[in-house]
Amino acid sequence: MTTVDAAVGKEQDGSWQTFKRGLALSPELRTGLAGTLALAVVATVGRIVVPVAIQQGIDRGITAPGGPFPGVVATVALISLGVLAITVCTSYLMNVRLFRVSETALASLRARAFRHVHDLSMLHQQSERRGTLTSRVTTDIDQISQFLQFGGLMLLISGGQVLIATVVMFTYSWKLALVVLVTFLPLIWIVRALQRRLAIAYQASREKVGVMLGTIAETVVGAAVIRAYGVQRRTEERLDGSIEDFRGAQFRALRRSVLSFSSGEITSGICLSGVVIVGVLLGVDDQITIGQLTAFLFLTTLFVQPVQMGTEILNDAQNAIAGWRRVLDVLDTEPDVADPGENGQDLRLGPVAVSFDKVHFAYPGGPEVLSEIDVTIPAQARVAVVGETGSGKTTFAKLLTRLMDPAKGQVLLSGVSLTDLRFASLRRRVVMVPQDGFLFDATVAENVRFAKPELSDAELYLAFTELGLADWVDGLPDGMNTPVGERGEALSVGERQLVALARAYVADPDLLVLDEATSAVDPATEVRLARALDAVTRGRTTVAIAHRLSTAEAADRVLVFDAGRIVQNGPHAELVSQTDSVYAKLHSSWVEQTRST
Amino acid sequence: MRDQGVVGKGLRVLRQAIREEPGPFAVGVAGAVLHSLVTIGSSFVLGAIVARIAVPAIQEGRVSAGAIALAVAAILAVSALKVSGMIARRLGAGAMQFRLQATYRRRVTRRYLRLPLSWHHKHSTGELLSNANADVEAVWFPIAPFPFAVGTLAMLVVAGVALFVTDWAMALVGLAVFPLVFALNVIYSRRMSPRVTRVQELRADVSTIAHESFDGALVVKTMGRETEETTRFAAKADELRDGLIRVGRIRGAFDPLIDSLPNIGTLAVLVVGTWRMSTGAADIETVTSVVFLFTVLAFPIRAIGWVLGELPRSVVGWERVTKVLSATGDMEYGPRETEGHGTPATLEFRDVTYTYPDGSEVLHSVNLEIPAGRTVALVGPTGSGKSTIASLATRLVDPDDGRVLLDGNDVRELGHGALADNIALVQQVPFVFDDTIGGNITLARDSVDGDDDVWTALRTAQADGFVAKLPDQLDTEVGERGHSLSGGQRQRITLARALAGAPRLLVLDDATSAVDPRVESAILGALKKSKNPASVLVVAYRRATIALADEVVYLEHGKVVATGTHLDLLDNVPGYANLVTAYEREEAERAREGAFIEAEDTEEEEVSA
Repeated sequence: MTTVDAAVGKEQDGSWQTFKRGLALSPELRTGLAGTLALAVVATVGRIVVPVAIQQGIDRGITAPGGPFPGVVATVALISLGVLAITVCTSYLMNVRLFRVSETALASLRARAFRHVHDLSMLHQQSERRGTLTSRVTTDIDQISQFLQFGGLMLLISGGQVLIATVVMFTYSWKLALVVLVTFLPLIWIVRALQRRLAIAYQASREKVGVMLGTIAETVVGAAVIRAYGVQRRTEERLDGSIEDFRGAQFRALRRSVLSFSSGEITSGICLSGVVIVGVLLGVDDQITIGQLTAFLFLTTLFVQPVQMGTEILNDAQNAIAGWRRVLDVLDTEPDVADPGENGQDLRLGPVAVSFDKVHFAYPGGPEVLSEIDVTIPAQARVAVVGETGSGKTTFAKLLTRLMDPAKGQVLLSGVSLTDLRFASLRRRVVMVPQDGFLFDATVAENVRFAKPELSDAELYLAFTELGLADWVDGLPDGMNTPVGERGEALSVGERQLVALARAYVADPDLLVLDEATSAVDPATEVRLARALDAVTRGRTTVAIAHRLSTAEAADRVLVFDAGRIVQNGPHAELVSQTDSVYAKLHSSWVEQTRST
Repeated sequence: MRDQGVVGKGLRVLRQAIREEPGPFAVGVAGAVLHSLVTIGSSFVLGAIVARIAVPAIQEGRVSAGAIALAVAAILAVSALKVSGMIARRLGAGAMQFRLQATYRRRVTRRYLRLPLSWHHKHSTGELLSNANADVEAVWFPIAPFPFAVGTLAMLVVAGVALFVTDWAMALVGLAVFPLVFALNVIYSRRMSPRVTRVQELRADVSTIAHESFDGALVVKTMGRETEETTRFAAKADELRDGLIRVGRIRGAFDPLIDSLPNIGTLAVLVVGTWRMSTGAADIETVTSVVFLFTVLAFPIRAIGWVLGELPRSVVGWERVTKVLSATGDMEYGPRETEGHGTPATLEFRDVTYTYPDGSEVLHSVNLEIPAGRTVALVGPTGSGKSTIASLATRLVDPDDGRVLLDGNDVRELGHGALADNIALVQQVPFVFDDTIGGNITLARDSVDGDDDVWTALRTAQADGFVAKLPDQLDTEVGERGHSLSGGQRQRITLARALAGAPRLLVLDDATSAVDPRVESAILGALKKSKNPASVLVVAYRRATIALADEVVYLEHGKVVATGTHLDLLDNVPGYANLVTAYEREEAERAREGAFIEAEDTEEEEVSA
């Protein structure tokens, strides 16, 4: 809870700063700003035309001695009509410019935020819900656009209107004008205080909506489990709870915003009373005419309306600014596993050697999962990594591919520290196939092409053939053009792994890291695949995390992990002969499982 | 053609809203009417103050404190009434809007829970999420200004009557202007409708790309495709931008037009009023009041525009939401209950055929039986239909042809929940809820009785060790999709979940693939010794797992090729033998190569150099 409070606290003093930061990060917003503002000024004049016409009409046409003069009033009305027509046109032009500029700027902000999310480290990405990250580039930005186009514009026009009304009020009677201003002063403090509370309510509402969306997502993604276990009722309760919580939070926020708006209405009542009292007294004292007093009462409404609207817009602004801040916060988050870019160097051409130099690693706030990893993998070696679940194998792979940086020590590829390697070079030469072969909602071919878009169909098919998977591809309903479904779910888990592997293979890396990449594939296919891979990756370095020890038997060297340390390191034959060793035990268990008849 | 009826359709949605939430609607409208009446009244109050207090005072050069006090009291009373009307209007509208949102979210998610898995497979996660969230929100957007608009309509009627009572000539101006405002708003809605629909679609597309790309962030990162992904996303974002600019063009044109109409009306009233005064038909008080009335009406009349303006979006949302609500194909459940609690179940497939929605046949006339208390292993190459059999056994899907029988009863005749009480499925890809470890295992099922059952299940699944080491043990939160756990840990949690319910039939769909061999053999051993004997259908590749089975069903391309004991199949079915002895043959092969290489020792050194 403390972090939430801190965040709210930060929001309080930061609204204006956020706005400025936002403008600085989207310089496109300033395109043609002067022209738009000029148009806005003219548009605002349109709002003042009618009261002035009324005053002129009453004073010159109606209450003038010998009146009423319909002709005079008609002339005044016609002139006003002309001005109105002009302001309608300028409003249109201003709106169009505003929409174009703001949408253009925000589309580019969307793309930048999107890119930045991908630049964040894997750990950082995983600490956020997928839905939360998505809203950074969707709803949060929609809120900014709503605010800029409606709230922001209204705020601008309202400000202009207040300014013009104030100036006109002062020309009619500075005394009455002062009355208006003085009665509105306390509103500033009241609104500020109320908005602080409102910001907290909005924050609560945002958190609730996040929880609700998470619960709905689970209902959709976990549909099979919910059915298999007949737990619809429990799911309903969780859904209803989160939906109701969000509704409650929304309503609480509304109550606070109504309070804030009401204070504006009451203030305007007080203001109008003040104007009547002082106005009548001034009139009695012959300082103003009836026409002027009437016009002033209109002017007061012209002053009150935008002020009220302003308080309302400021309420919405709280939301938009909060959205903007969240987007900016993403952009401001320095990727903790950063691309050295210009300062970095490229990986030397040719086979890649790996060395871990006294590497330690712990997840944030967790215990050490890798300790004192000190190992060298020569170029072109085929290494198998084995160990029990949770012994640190996957962490090892992630450090090797620089998805994470070690807490202590360093990882070197061909003698160069990973942190000094440019991503462009690193990602081209070093490819990892993760445990769950994520596929995009496209065809098999498109998924493989993800690694190398320029590949022709013939080249793709050749890749499958080289991996011994041509039969499998041919057996698919539509061959390589078979759609794989969302996350690849139209394929079986094993088939997804085949596609993911093909994708990594066509990337043509010099160091290939396989993290249990064929765990769901049938043994015959796996063996065939292993053989094929062996042949096509000869001359490159491969590191395969394996739970099937057949991989280890075939490797040049086996690294055995136990509780975050490498306890054995050597060829299969040597390690298996070390009686009572971790590897010997793993292997005998494996043999027992694969040979028993 | 679709935008033709958008206003009519939208009004029907609004009528539905009133039917569902009459209470808050009544409060909101009452508040709006009060607010409107007071707003109209305020113009007369102000007119009266000017004419009866200000004018005489200024003309006579003196004023009484009583008159001023009266004026102030009147203004403040008007303010107080306005505020109470406004509070009622807003809270009523808000309560109505939020309640409707909640109601429809509940209804939509209820459908998600009821509709069959095959329906789910036809819709993307993103689509279903936006149905329950953004679409429901869009449907009820017009509700926020709705009571205000209804109040404004009431106000227009009252204002019209008041106008006619005051002066018919000025009333005619109002009669011309207000319908014009309404007509302009209707045209506006119609022009907007197709554009808004397009923008909604594009928004969904942008969201889908972002969600998918972030979902696959690891692949994007490991392949270094960030730039290409950004290009893909930016292209859609640019389309959305263009769509929004097109919307803005219409909005930008209509907004000032609609705004200016009441102003034009005010000017007309001024002219007409002066003419009426010149003929002696009206006095200054009447003219001032009517002019002021037009000024105060200018703003609320926009509320009607807001409602009409939101209708296209609302109608699109409504159509999407009703598509879910009216989707059919619910799994029908029968009346039968199961018997034989505490004893293992029998499962039988009779001539079962299953075809994917896209028309490709996955299973063809499959026959198999799992006798009570026996363990049957399902073996077959990747993609041969094993997981589909597991889904059919647990009735996640129904066969196109043939029957699945539990203890001799067609599973389609069993009551809701009966199957889940008897059969537990452990899927290949473990799914973990964003809940505690304990919550994930019990799933609030009646059949799981307290922490003892949970720990027993964890022990059997070989998961007690790591859970005991967690800071909060069973109360540890696992995060979204269980991201704080490793793959093997997730698998063992889902295994424990299945065991905790003491099922009569356990279906393991390659459920130990991420578990190390030693752990797996320990789990299998514990399963055999369990005090709750269950029949087991196990999808497996490992020979140790197969060895535990009493019978093996061998599958190829969706057909049962052979059924029998492991040894039997090993001898007689080449495809089966090829599959299960792959590792052994591989090792033998390697040994031969090794011998060969050793023999040619020197050559080998040259090769590696």
